[in-house]
Amino acid sequence: MTTHPDPVRDTPEAVPATPAQPVQPYPAASAGQADWADRVDTVPRAEGTPEELQPYAELGLRDDEYDRIRHILGRRPTQSELAMYSIMWSEHCSYKSSKVHLRQFGEKAPPSDRLLAGIGENAGVVRVSDELAVTFKVESHNHPSFVEPYQGAATGVGGIVRDILAMGARPVAVMDPLRFGAADHPDTARVLPGVVAGVGGYGNCLGLPNIGGEVVFDPCYQGNPLVNALCLGVLPVSRLQNKAAVGPGNVVVLMGAKTGRDGIGGVSVLASATFTEGSEQRRPSVQVGDPFTEKLLIEACLELYDAELVAGIQDLGGAGLTCALTETAAAAGTGMRVWLERVPLREPSMDPHEILASESQERMLLVVEPAKLETVLKTCEKWGVLATAIGEVTAPEPDGQPGRLLITWRDQLVVDVPPGSLVDDGPVYARPMREPADLILLQADRAETLPRPSDPDALRETVLRMIASPNLCDKTWVTEQYDRYVLGNTVLAQPEDSGVIRIDERTGLGVALSVDGNGRYARLDPYHGAKLALAEAYRNVVVTGATPIAVTDCLNFGSPEDPGVMWQFAEAVRGLADGCAELGIPVTGGNVSFYNQTGAAAIHPTPVVGVLGVLDNVAERVAMGFVPRPSGDHDQLFLLGETHVELSGSEWAWVTHQHLGGVPPQVDLAREKQLGELLAAAARVGHVSSAHDLSDGGLAQSLVESCLRYGVGARIAVPERFEGTSMPFVFLFSESAGRVLVSVPRGHEKAFTALCAEHGVPWELIGVTDSTGGALEVHGQFRIGLDELREAHSATLPALFGGVQPVELTVQDSAVEAAPVDAVEAPVEADPVASVEDAEPHAEAVSDGVESPEDDRPVERAAPPVRQQPIEAAGEQDTATDAPQGQSSADER
Amino acid sequence: MTARVGVVTFPGSLDDGDAARAVRIAGAQPVRLWHGDPELHGVDAVVLPGGFSYGDYLRCGAIARFAPVMETIVDAAAGGLPVLGICNGFQILCEAHLLPGALTRNQHLHFRNRDQILRIESAGTAWTNVFQPGQEVLIPVKNGEGCYVADPATLDALEAEGRVVARYVGVNPNGSQRDIAAITNPAGNVVGIMPHPEHAVEALTGPSLDGLGFFTSVLKHLVGAPA
Repeated sequence: MTTHPDPVRDTPEAVPATPAQPVQPYPAASAGQADWADRVDTVPRAEGTPEELQPYAELGLRDDEYDRIRHILGRRPTQSELAMYSIMWSEHCSYKSSKVHLRQFGEKAPPSDRLLAGIGENAGVVRVSDELAVTFKVESHNHPSFVEPYQGAATGVGGIVRDILAMGARPVAVMDPLRFGAADHPDTARVLPGVVAGVGGYGNCLGLPNIGGEVVFDPCYQGNPLVNALCLGVLPVSRLQNKAAVGPGNVVVLMGAKTGRDGIGGVSVLASATFTEGSEQRRPSVQVGDPFTEKLLIEACLELYDAELVAGIQDLGGAGLTCALTETAAAAGTGMRVWLERVPLREPSMDPHEILASESQERMLLVVEPAKLETVLKTCEKWGVLATAIGEVTAPEPDGQPGRLLITWRDQLVVDVPPGSLVDDGPVYARPMREPADLILLQADRAETLPRPSDPDALRETVLRMIASPNLCDKTWVTEQYDRYVLGNTVLAQPEDSGVIRIDERTGLGVALSVDGNGRYARLDPYHGAKLALAEAYRNVVVTGATPIAVTDCLNFGSPEDPGVMWQFAEAVRGLADGCAELGIPVTGGNVSFYNQTGAAAIHPTPVVGVLGVLDNVAERVAMGFVPRPSGDHDQLFLLGETHVELSGSEWAWVTHQHLGGVPPQVDLAREKQLGELLAAAARVGHVSSAHDLSDGGLAQSLVESCLRYGVGARIAVPERFEGTSMPFVFLFSESAGRVLVSVPRGHEKAFTALCAEHGVPWELIGVTDSTGGALEVHGQFRIGLDELREAHSATLPALFGGVQPVELTVQDSAVEAAPVDAVEAPVEADPVASVEDAEPHAEAVSDGVESPEDDRPVERAAPPVRQQPIEAAGEQDTATDAPQGQSSADER
Repeated sequence: MTARVGVVTFPGSLDDGDAARAVRIAGAQPVRLWHGDPELHGVDAVVLPGGFSYGDYLRCGAIARFAPVMETIVDAAAGGLPVLGICNGFQILCEAHLLPGALTRNQHLHFRNRDQILRIESAGTAWTNVFQPGQEVLIPVKNGEGCYVADPATLDALEAEGRVVARYVGVNPNGSQRDIAAITNPAGNVVGIMPHPEHAVEALTGPSLDGLGFFTSVLKHLVGAPA
């Protein structure tokens, strides 16, 4: 399959005075030279026709941007050059609106000795051991996925996988945070199944386990679904690749699929403009994926890396060849000479500007030493991957200036540009920003004032309704369509809090990954919303026992031309950068997606944050499900962190009252860090048998999920200070951050609580697991059988999207489920829950006079005390005095 | 002497490394075989792994059956070489006519990945001899085209000859006729199975260790088999 083109032999100085050997690989296109000369806008022609009108505005360039291009070139651009500038200076490629804000990620980044490659590379690379490094990044493919859900989502996976591959890594897992419009909207029934099938179709065929993600519904995403894709890769430290086109004389090789007309203008047309009526017409802008070719591309590239045959490599994604040629040359300061007609084409009638703009998938650009070219082509041939020498790296200018990019098309010079002018010298805008006018009113409309369930029956009904709501329900309908087993290193996958992948079978070294976001929180407060997303992803990683080391982000926003959106963006970036500095982990790379807006209606600002952690031995990882115990035995359930009356932006407010208002839960990253250190220490010594993050849906959701995982029930006692009227509801549904539900095996309680005290983490014993009861029981409130919970939890998506039955029980589950469910009333004296209540300290005064005029929330807060010994603390009213050094009760904050 | 078990890599094979790992954990030496190389390098048994050989854009396995290595395997299977086809491997065995019937698109049209209970119906094959007939095992299933179909006469013959090796228990994950998950040839040396035993060989990464039995079976078979 590999083509062996004419050797690249011309020196750049010879162009265009002495044109390259004429190459005419496609007889079908053998039109007369004169015809081509008529059609192709060459550099000499551009010089001779300065007044010719050009469609720059239609390509998305502003008047001043077009003038700038003319200034850079000293003439009008050719058609091909105009296409290249319009793509590279589009929002998607140039980050022209976001650049001024994204700088904070670098400026505020904590020092890290693990970082081998950071922002600006295809993906960040962090060292995880002496020999191994991992690379990961999350990217958006939102706009294509609305236009053509299957291919849009599929090529989203393909694109991020190539970014990871370009760093020298073997891709080993993917995750997909997805957001759709209302679950019951007819168009969601078009978009969701297509997106899910696309993510699965591509990832499954590539042999990459899908280990997690999100499925979120909100009407704000109706016309702008968010399809983000994350990929994780592993590489030996010594195999790290670089995109710089180094070494004048080296050969530029295009590898992979043929170039077609698909995806032309994808980034400028789709990703950099707001959807309007007629967006359906944009289907030709969406690329079509071929996962089989990508699989071969992966194997071929890895073989090339291992044989040290590659001097530089870059994937072709958005902006295709244009981006790859200019970025590789600009990174090295070299020039490049490219014979464009050598590019293998799917459609021979393509014009040069189409070839340069095509976003055909499954392509990579290699820079190869001439002596190694033959071996490179042979390796590609072995894997059946097309590889073609299309150009040559040229030296910088004699005066030390970077080299120029010269592209000819059948002997006609069509491009002559300084590559850096496309990559680094694009426009940068400090766009106007203004806090949205409605924000003050929105924040004043607090969900804490909404009517809450206040009797046991209403609470029981609320639990069942909440776990069946689209955002909280079981996502098996989606995740069953993804292969989570392939490659044989998946230690944890959805529905667990994090995906955990073993990366070294010899030592058990592994990584944990979670990706989270909450658009509602960010709508109410983008600064804290971004921090909350970071906190949740961080917490999801630490519950496994892993130590977080790096962050990636995908920032999904509306139009940057709207000052309100720009303000949201700036606030979110500031929040994320500050948050990362507080947690001491750097952002290593990410992606900005603007223009997620239909007409004047923008999506909620949706920063999606991925956190990666390291586990020295994946065998020590902690999962989220309660562990079955022999009859009579049980684990104790501890709630770590503090529960406040925080309902604004919550899932409950949305599901029950369709309400969005108030301010999101407080976030304290120092506390999150303490929690993480505690959980890592507890996992190492085996103090916890399960750990589950609390987030959307609060404690109730986490309890139900932990129960249903292995079919193990639980009995819970509502702490005293949450007794009365609607306070049990607050205990179960508040979305306060910084909380984790853990189960502790018998005999470990004392050591575990001592460890909590050591780390300054507030804890509270709230109940026990119950392997035989077959129910989730909240003392004095309700008892719901696991079957009833499971049915409510798992029926929603199949009912909406059809076809697939709810998940079946495993053998182990069946045994548990078969146990009698009649132990409703346990004898009081033997009831561990009752003894828990006895040991409970009294509630801290709810209204303790620490009211602050600008924030009335403390009045409603009911913070659990921080204690060292539960028994000694029993009956204590004032907990501030026996709080260990360095801790404070929540009301002091 | 350690048994040598070959694992074929076609372009688009995905679970080849996992099959090799399972062979190793079972105590044999995995030998990687290449689709374009007709030589079997003296292996004692062969595993055709899961994946999407040649992209499977045509019928699954329809191109792979013409791979040079398959010609050798078809001949060797006739001579008694134990061959296990997992998922895509099962599809290839059917396309190569080493096993009857075909695997078609799942009835519900979705790819499905779940932990599946199987009942071992035949413990008489080279790949299931460590199991008890009727034993239930937990093995992951993950496929888009795993719906086993054959004409009624073939199905009746498979049943009558004890060549249904495993059946789905509980919900049939893909609509396979008579809940068939695995079948064998008349000699019992060639087995095709839709679920993935190679993904149930480690407590850390699988739902059970039940899959290991398929690989230890072939070692037992090889020890007992005449040289």
